[in-house]
Amino acid sequence: MALVPPLFPEGEYFGLLAEYDSAGSLFHACEKVRDAGYRKWDAHSPFPVHGIEKAMGLGRSRLPYVTLLFGLTGVIGGMSLQIWANAIAYPMAISGKPLFNWQPYVPITFECGILLAALSTVVGMFAFNKLPMLFHPLFGAAGFEKVTDDGFFISVEAWDPKFDAAATERLLASTGATHVQLVKRREGAAS
Amino acid sequence: MMEVTDNVSNEPVAGRAPLILGGHDFHSITTAVATPAESATPLAWWFFFIPSLGMLGLLGVAVGWLVWEGIGVWGLNQPVGWAFDITNFVFWIGIGHAGTLISAVLFLFRQKWRTSINRAAEAMTIFAVMCALLFPGIHIGRPWLAYWMAPLPNQMGTWPGFRSPLLWDFFAVSTYGTVSALFWYIGLIPDLATMRDRAKTQARRYAYGFFALGWRGSARNWQHYEMAYLILAGLATPLVLSVHSIVSMDFAVAQLPGWHTTIFPPYFVAGAIFSGFAMVTTLMVITRTALRLEKILTPFHFDRMARIMLTTGSIVGYAYSMEFFIAWFSQNPYEQFAFINRAFGPYWWAYWTMISCNVLSPQVFWFRKARTSMPILFIVSIFINIGMWFERFVIIVTSLHRDFLPSSWGMFYPTMWDVMLLIGSFGLFFTMFCLFVRFLPVIAAAEVKSVLPAANPHANGHAALDLDAPTMVSPHLAPKGVH
Repeated sequence: MALVPPLFPEGEYFGLLAEYDSAGSLFHACEKVRDAGYRKWDAHSPFPVHGIEKAMGLGRSRLPYVTLLFGLTGVIGGMSLQIWANAIAYPMAISGKPLFNWQPYVPITFECGILLAALSTVVGMFAFNKLPMLFHPLFGAAGFEKVTDDGFFISVEAWDPKFDAAATERLLASTGATHVQLVKRREGAAS
Repeated sequence: MMEVTDNVSNEPVAGRAPLILGGHDFHSITTAVATPAESATPLAWWFFFIPSLGMLGLLGVAVGWLVWEGIGVWGLNQPVGWAFDITNFVFWIGIGHAGTLISAVLFLFRQKWRTSINRAAEAMTIFAVMCALLFPGIHIGRPWLAYWMAPLPNQMGTWPGFRSPLLWDFFAVSTYGTVSALFWYIGLIPDLATMRDRAKTQARRYAYGFFALGWRGSARNWQHYEMAYLILAGLATPLVLSVHSIVSMDFAVAQLPGWHTTIFPPYFVAGAIFSGFAMVTTLMVITRTALRLEKILTPFHFDRMARIMLTTGSIVGYAYSMEFFIAWFSQNPYEQFAFINRAFGPYWWAYWTMISCNVLSPQVFWFRKARTSMPILFIVSIFINIGMWFERFVIIVTSLHRDFLPSSWGMFYPTMWDVMLLIGSFGLFFTMFCLFVRFLPVIAAAEVKSVLPAANPHANGHAALDLDAPTMVSPHLAPKGVH
């Protein structure tokens, strides 16, 4: 029974989970974990903490490129479909108007662009976030359900090259964590 | 007098006046938002739900009879070929626009007060679009052929006429419905995760958990999530303007006096926002009392919505007078007749209902007392809902019933099936809304939390007096690195 998707390397532990009491202490703890050189780690909060991507050293989301690519596909596809259908495949003379006139095709071209841009943004966001992922080792961690209420957490994954259970725990404790715990890779696995 | 905080100008050094009252912290917001969806069904809910369900049943009967018997069951005929069906369509699609305006346009303008109302307004949009989509679907007479509107390859080798505004409408409204649903669902994900994590039973955990997609508040996820939200807001804003502009072109592109007007696109968009805000107000006045959300939906929020209603109501009033001005200024006798007939012809009562509800009734919102009084807001919002339905009725029916040739004049009288469909569409809308307030978080809890002072990561440190501190601007949109 694979509770954990193969996305995670083998090992007994998923990593360490540290809890913080406020958005501010999470923010400053992130700066310290970032400066300590960790790569495979994450912060968790009930709402997007402003500026945390800087504190974590993350780059900008590349999602806009996905939107642009598919938005343009929608625009070009929408316009081509209309011209091809109304002027080539099934030419219909309406009120003596020319068959090749782009103006009346603008509204549908625009709608097709918006539709593809919006759909691709949502699909792209899910893809970047690796969602849906209905099972995750963190869901087995004690108290982690607070993350959608008022809890602030940092998780450092065990397969980070710098990860060392004892040293990382000391680092997290020194950042002002109220509680640090070791999270098992599988829920209910032998401890 | 009720104290209304102005979060734009009254800025003490420590920051703006709070948007959320009652000393809420993160946990109490979660509790306040999630409890109505978790506790036992209140009796009051059934009082709303059962009549709504009954009205939805009427809709089923009315649509069933229409499909069985044909369009002849309605009162429309030559010369009034469009009547209640298209009136209802335009009415409902307009209602939806306020939801998108609140969720997208106010988001882009960094109006943080929107966080208390955007979820319910977006839900309203989706349900209104569902009602709207029903009418073009059934008024074509053979609803099972509605798919002919889509550009599908077929054995006849035919294609839809892409130069017709009616087809633009099909694309605009279906795109609008899709994008609104996506926007709403994306906004719901963090709150669905909250519901999942608070669930007491396995069934609830699985149900909410399935739709929460495994959301775990990860900062790496929030980063893409916020970008997606921003992009969707940026896409929905021109979309919402295009949708009602295209709806107005269904009329404006025709040659009929009363329809053939260049003012229509902006006039329709303003009217849509106007009617939508009225419907949001109607629903939110009830919801805040029924779900005890008075501290989150404060008079401040209603004050802001009333200002928008006053503004858009005045724009609509301007458009009404401008139509008369152009009729006179153009010296076009048909145009002049159409408008004089509109105000003083057989449908004069519909016209003056529209004027009194849409232009006169919102004028009370010049007074702050009216903008923050729940009874006045409720009554005026109902007036506006009525007025905006009549606006579409007036535009459609009075223009059609007397056109160029007096020999082809006629009158429209609705049948009981017309009326049942109208009532039934309200049944669909209210049934969906009742289910929404029963099972889903009505307030965007994650967003409300992000506007609390404690959400500012620098609230306790040296930056406490920093006027550029991140809580001063939208948490989603502040330029990078202001702290």
